[in-house]
Amino acid sequence: MAELSIKERQAGDVTILDMDGKVTIGEGSVALRTAIRRLLEENKKKILLNLGKVGYIDSSGIGELVSSYTAINKENGQLKLLNLTTKLKDLLGITKLLTVFDVYENESDALSSYK
Amino acid sequence: MSRTRTAHGKGRASLTEETTELILPSRIEAIKDAASAAAQFIERAGLEADAAFGIDLAVREAVTNAIIHGNCQDEAKTVEVRLKSSEHLIEITVHDEGEGFDPGEVPDPTDSQNLLKANGRGMLFMRTFMDEVEWSHHPEGGTVVRMVKRV
Repeated sequence: MAELSIKERQAGDVTILDMDGKVTIGEGSVALRTAIRRLLEENKKKILLNLGKVGYIDSSGIGELVSSYTAINKENGQLKLLNLTTKLKDLLGITKLLTVFDVYENESDALSSYK
Repeated sequence: MSRTRTAHGKGRASLTEETTELILPSRIEAIKDAASAAAQFIERAGLEADAAFGIDLAVREAVTNAIIHGNCQDEAKTVEVRLKSSEHLIEITVHDEGEGFDPGEVPDPTDSQNLLKANGRGMLFMRTFMDEVEWSHHPEGGTVVRMVKRV
């Protein structure tokens, strides 16, 4: 089984990626990078990552979230995060990235925040 | 490759005594193997889940650094990992064959100018989740990181 499964769905002009598994160095990080790159190529620039089922992430996975954020911003898009697990929230707090990412606990709140 | 010695601790609240040694190839895939071995080791030692998560992550980050920055993914070089549990202590050493580095020279990833960098957070996680982390040159070459968690 793949380390990370990513399922895509559309809510208006926002693309939601439902992620399930681990975002760690190698397979998981590469899967996220590939998915974001493909969405940008398809001109889908409003992206919501649903991380509710991401039970494990390492510094490489955190780095990939940051790279995704900067790549999407560069294209004048918006990346937001939904349903952080306690562990992921802790890691984003330790790295001071909670000040960078726009984080939501509720999907409809997240969707209505996109401009 | 791994080697394990086990002896059961006597105190009710103490950890199971065990030493496990792994010799890993310098490939990205080996990081997963090290993390998996560490997770099983921590479970056998009897640690509670929150501490186990932090130690597991610290091992993963230390081995990642050893393979990528220390050995530069040179498959002719190996990484040696030693996991040791004693009564109230978990001690982990990760030894690579790299040139070494000065930990004081590594930029702080939480500085505002570094927040959007893709790399450089592994050492922060190691220091956050372990009680002691120190880097040294091994007398026979390479760098050793020693990490301790007191329980």
